[in-house]
Amino acid sequence: MRYVLMPLLAACLAVLGATGALALDVRAAVLRVDYETLLPISRYDLRAEDLGFAGAMLADEDNGTTGRFLGHTYETIHKATDPEGAEAALDEILAEGITLIVVLARDADVLRLADRAAEAGALVLNAQAPGVALRDDQCRANLLHVAPSNGMMADAVAQFAVWKQWKRWFLVSGSNPADVELAEAYRKAARKFGARITDEKTFEDTGGARRTDSGHVMVQRQLPVFTQGAEAHDLLIAADATDYFARYLGYHHWSPRPVMGSAGLWPTTFHAAHEAWGATQFQTRFEALAGRYVKPADYNVWLALRVVGEAVTRASTVDAMGIRDYALSDDFELAAFKGQKVTFRNWNGQLRQPILLHDGMITVSVSPQDGFLHRVSPLDTLGLDRPESSCSAFN
Amino acid sequence: MKIPSITRPLALALALLAATPALANKAFVSNERGNTITVVDTDTWEVITEFPGGNRPRGITLSPDGTKLYVCASDDNLVRVFDTETYEELGTLPSGPDPELFIIEPSGKRLYIANEDDNLVTVTDTEKGVILAEVPVGVEPEGMGMSPDAKWVVNTSETTNMAHFIDTSDYTIKHNVLVDQRPRYAQYTADGKRLFVSSEIGGTVSVMDIAPDGAPTLVTKIGFEVPGVLPEWLQPVGVKVTEDGNRIFVALGPANRVAVIDGESLEVLDYIIVGQRVWQLAFTPDEKYLLTTNGNSNDITVIDVEAEKAIKSVQVGQQPWGVVVTPN
Repeated sequence: MRYVLMPLLAACLAVLGATGALALDVRAAVLRVDYETLLPISRYDLRAEDLGFAGAMLADEDNGTTGRFLGHTYETIHKATDPEGAEAALDEILAEGITLIVVLARDADVLRLADRAAEAGALVLNAQAPGVALRDDQCRANLLHVAPSNGMMADAVAQFAVWKQWKRWFLVSGSNPADVELAEAYRKAARKFGARITDEKTFEDTGGARRTDSGHVMVQRQLPVFTQGAEAHDLLIAADATDYFARYLGYHHWSPRPVMGSAGLWPTTFHAAHEAWGATQFQTRFEALAGRYVKPADYNVWLALRVVGEAVTRASTVDAMGIRDYALSDDFELAAFKGQKVTFRNWNGQLRQPILLHDGMITVSVSPQDGFLHRVSPLDTLGLDRPESSCSAFN
Repeated sequence: MKIPSITRPLALALALLAATPALANKAFVSNERGNTITVVDTDTWEVITEFPGGNRPRGITLSPDGTKLYVCASDDNLVRVFDTETYEELGTLPSGPDPELFIIEPSGKRLYIANEDDNLVTVTDTEKGVILAEVPVGVEPEGMGMSPDAKWVVNTSETTNMAHFIDTSDYTIKHNVLVDQRPRYAQYTADGKRLFVSSEIGGTVSVMDIAPDGAPTLVTKIGFEVPGVLPEWLQPVGVKVTEDGNRIFVALGPANRVAVIDGESLEVLDYIIVGQRVWQLAFTPDEKYLLTTNGNSNDITVIDVEAEKAIKSVQVGQQPWGVVVTPN
């Protein structure tokens, strides 16, 4: 019989007297860039004023409760800005001496802000931007990604589809740059896991009313025609990162085939109905604090600050680079209500994590799926893998 | 048959003696989703009955004399008390919000209850039905262990990742020990010299030596490895130690196995396959059998402790969580 016995070099250090620990005050910031966007297709997706910030408040409470036993305190400030004011907002944060910054912004802004933060020796935790390039040739040494990439999301869907033997895909993508990028992630996922894209179509974003009194009438007439005549497929994959058409596809497309991707069954880091692995406790804590259901942005911010909290607790440091180094080390592990520990890919700063597949009501499945193996971790079957990565900032 | 009068009392005594081993114990299983308690005869392994246990029953224990059953009715925010013969509800005890798991002191007078949602351990007087103290602990308190001398209660907090040592004389925390991710359960050895804390997501069992004054020292961590099972699924939850300390049994959650560990060398000797998502464990009083609750297969597995083999499974209610067996 095999057994593993792990000697503890620092065993005595881990036994903490009620008073013996070093006092540390941890200050962090959440910087949220708010973009001009149209209303979401569904009212359920309306943006809360405190989106992301509520996750930070819960993280401060959770970290602070642990910190009480160690003499550590946690305070996180929140800033919302338009894209033009992002740099000034970051400068204000840096001017306060804060070097731990969670950013909710799009890819290009995250890069811009990370580079500016680097000059001040600050660590940026990306809680939103999904672009693969940020994890690839555009990676930055002071930028960790708590948010999953488009690649991880698409791979999570692909594994489930392939596990179901639904391998013929009809890919319908949007025309905005973010949609195009997401569509590419699905193409790559199909190649990676042996699915085949039998047909492809672009649904042009021509603007116009998304939600009007008669909107569903138009949708019901247009979408069957738009999707008619596609090559035989098991599945319709929607790539709509800008939320302008995918939600309409279900039941309105020509073929009686399920929709996955940006609607139907979609990948997410977290949703408010997730209960497995103790998540109910997270949900009740969050709802008591925020008075609303949790959104992925809240969870991502919470998780980013829990990464900070865990590093402070274990490594007894508030230094931004010390926290980064601990998070990237083999010692780091964190429970995140997803059934297994989450850790970082120390070659591009991406948090390894399971991806939930959600239908709007329940957790339908969780990827990675059974049988998708990897020599490092099954979680590394999701997203960019080390041999494919051009990231060199972590070498 | 005529029995000489002088031997009659002896015959009666013998008959009573003979009858004693046949007096079966009862196992009570809390069914988290079914909102029921299943009662199982530990002699025949037949289900005797199933009765309502309140909303989301999880932690389950007995008064020392075995007459009262205490159940953490998590979604009712209280502890329900049942008669172990009639299964009638005798009343409720205040527990603080969302009680998950608790431990009763050997005298039966105090219950120490983990309040999962409120980062508290609530101490409840079982006779007067009042709360004696609330002890602030880490985030998501869960595991509750008690030293055999009842001087210490150990609470594990799942998101803080600590074992908190609460002094039962003044209800204050005297020691905190960081362990691996999501600590679930704390179990002392019968001699009080060792403490085991399981970490579900960390995949380890932390082993602590306990000094005569109760102070803990982390000595090692036990890891697990099963060929053909992804390491991610080896998630230690329930822990039980035999009275003599020779064997430690650890439920491994979604790995559907119970690990058998040598108490001396701390080596994992074997993995016993049980039902799906094995959660909590309980011995029969004679330690002949170990029962496991299997949350996803809705059954309990009976392990023959000496043979270290699973011998039977018994269907219970929906999503069995905790189990306790009446004393002799």
